[in-house]
Amino acid sequence: MSENLESVVKTICEGFSNEKSRMMDIVREVQENFGGVSDDAMDLIAKQVQTPRVEVESVVSFYAFLSKEQHGNVVISLCDDIIDRMFGFERIKGVFNEALGIDVGETTEDGSITLETAPCIGMCDQAPAVMVNNEIFTEVSGDTVTEIVEQLRDGVAPERLRRRLGDGNNSNPLVSAAVSNNIRKEDEVIFAPLTCGNALKKAIAMSPNEVIRDIKTARLRGRGGAGFPTGMKWDFTRGAQGEKKFVICNADEGEPGTFKDRVILTERPQLLIEGMVIAGYAIGAEEGIIYLRGEYNYLRPYLEDTLQKARNSNMLGTNVMGKEGFNFDIRIQMGAGAYVCGEETALISSCEGLRGDPKNRPPFPAQKGYLGYPTSVNNVETFCCVARILDQGAGWFSQIGSKGSTGTKLLSISGDCRRPGVYEVPFGIKMTEVLEMAGGEGAAAVQVGGPSGQMIGPDDFERTICYDDLATGGALMIFGPKRDLLEVVEYFMEFFIEESCGYCTPCRVGNVLLKQRLQKIMEGKGEPSDLAYLEDLGNSVKSTSRCGLGQTSANPILSTLKNFRPLYEALVKEDQPFQPTFDIQKALGVAKGIAGRSSMHFAE
Amino acid sequence: MTKEQENIMAKPKIATTSLAGCFGCHMSILDIDDRILELVELVDFDKSPINDIKEFTGECLVGLVEGGCANEENVRVLQDFRKHCKILISVGDCAINGGLPAMRNTISLQECLDEAYLNGPSTQNTSGKIPNDPEIPLLLDKVYPCHEVVKVDYHLPGCPPPADTIWEALVALLTNKPLDLPYELIKYD
Repeated sequence: MSENLESVVKTICEGFSNEKSRMMDIVREVQENFGGVSDDAMDLIAKQVQTPRVEVESVVSFYAFLSKEQHGNVVISLCDDIIDRMFGFERIKGVFNEALGIDVGETTEDGSITLETAPCIGMCDQAPAVMVNNEIFTEVSGDTVTEIVEQLRDGVAPERLRRRLGDGNNSNPLVSAAVSNNIRKEDEVIFAPLTCGNALKKAIAMSPNEVIRDIKTARLRGRGGAGFPTGMKWDFTRGAQGEKKFVICNADEGEPGTFKDRVILTERPQLLIEGMVIAGYAIGAEEGIIYLRGEYNYLRPYLEDTLQKARNSNMLGTNVMGKEGFNFDIRIQMGAGAYVCGEETALISSCEGLRGDPKNRPPFPAQKGYLGYPTSVNNVETFCCVARILDQGAGWFSQIGSKGSTGTKLLSISGDCRRPGVYEVPFGIKMTEVLEMAGGEGAAAVQVGGPSGQMIGPDDFERTICYDDLATGGALMIFGPKRDLLEVVEYFMEFFIEESCGYCTPCRVGNVLLKQRLQKIMEGKGEPSDLAYLEDLGNSVKSTSRCGLGQTSANPILSTLKNFRPLYEALVKEDQPFQPTFDIQKALGVAKGIAGRSSMHFAE
Repeated sequence: MTKEQENIMAKPKIATTSLAGCFGCHMSILDIDDRILELVELVDFDKSPINDIKEFTGECLVGLVEGGCANEENVRVLQDFRKHCKILISVGDCAINGGLPAMRNTISLQECLDEAYLNGPSTQNTSGKIPNDPEIPLLLDKVYPCHEVVKVDYHLPGCPPPADTIWEALVALLTNKPLDLPYELIKYD
């Protein structure tokens, strides 16, 4: 064991006060320093923070960004979501394979570069996208790949790779990312011009209960997708017993096809922070956490700077804005590549330095959340709405949108359309209008709300986007008439299999079985009873899984069985009641090779 | 009596087999105890380890299959059962899921054989060879549940399914009544 490892690990742990609840930060830093968290490193961490070694390993083995194996100093992650697959993933993967001489999952011989894939990194409107360490490259062409590899070979550090900086704050020196905002439509809630501090001033002039009352009057509902009334959540958290309370911002935007929070974090982080401070005031919390997905690490320096500026102007800190006794500060918790952490109880586990396992509910986070204290977890966009409501008034807000769904909604639109990007629209807008705006009129299908949402066809395009009809966290993926929709479904199932935390059987096993049966049908070996099987098993997974991920993981199959049934029926052979997937010759191949003889029962 | 009348008068036939199983499900069949006397009133046994009839003598109403398919002989027997039995039932977790034998499914066949016959810590094999007599059926690349190989009509879960479960299922089938298993007979945790 090298002395260097020992001393660096010690320093890192001490940097987090040897606090095991900061395990995520500790292992992330070790990973960054050594390209992996080796067995030795795990032993050292366990000793230093005085926790069983298995606690360390369970974290390292859980998250995609962490690994026991040594990675190269440079890790190239190709974004492998369905939209990237539609826009050239295979092509650029091929160029990388050739230029580096390695396949996905391998490291170059000199140990310097590792090639990986990652599920959606939040750049669907500018696919295909690639991450080189923390740096993002979008609309990547074969030439870009060659250029990146050449520079890396010449020893250029990832952060110094040539790139064309994006618009807005993407060009800010603290961000300097080759990412475009693609804000296509601005409305009056999120993207309206910003005057920092107005909302907070108005909030602290009221009592916390009055603030919550305003949020209730505005009828604000959570923007992450589930649509729980924000005011009610805060009321529960405020009323819960606990020495301390916490506000957590869910910026773990991991739903494939969703990227609106990235744009808020780039262009309106002040609004988010103000909303969080107001939440802290309303529920009686002194600490806030922004749980930022690992893929958005490139935004971290800018967000840290924005937080510092907020501290300098006393929007954070002690006696916030002169309000005697109201103290509030925010820290950023980095995620490490786990979709399930977007589920609020898994997110809390992750903040506590554990595997991203969902927790049993009840107790709900509002009663017992982060470290056992009452906690309100809200989406990035929700906090932004809060700040506007306090500034402009609950009445103003509730006039926007539809009756059951007030305000505006950010949509992340990608896929087969001429104008992919972020749109701020009032709730209640029809899908046809959205498709027209985005230039996706000829769509054969739209995936509403990412893989966990539903796929709808033209028959449903007159429906409206709101909590009571087409509910969505904002992701709309558009598929043109030439796309094979079952391939899309297959990809979504693959995604859920990969991202299942493995805790409960329906989700861990059920999704594998669903995908196998789907593939059987896609191979033309389907029989009529397979459709009933998919429906039956899908509903079991839906009703018996432990958390939101599992409960929605069968949706790609269930919603297409409902809305696109002819696609399945065309592949199912009515006349052949049993279609075995079993192939005796294939099954005997290995044994014949080993034994050096042919089968005695089955002639070739 | 005409042949047809003979068929109607004759008792229905039943066949059983253990593929890649441990015979535990057959033990459970025997656990119906003295009801086996009632059973022989209802049916005749064809191919089965219970009476040691090796090959089918005719068509059967019900085939009970224990165990999944681990080798080519299992596949041949299972296909034979499908051919001769009107109703085929997977009995027990190995037939339904592959069960314990399927634990090898995540390990390559070569590795399994090496560990079993050459490298295992308790292996005593002076020949240093993996047995390869032509009589030994070739292993499949992995263990398959029965319904992936042939059409299976019913599944009786359990490791093993309790005798009462098997009994109730058989009687329901033979008397043409709906099967109504109480919760206790299909609950396994």
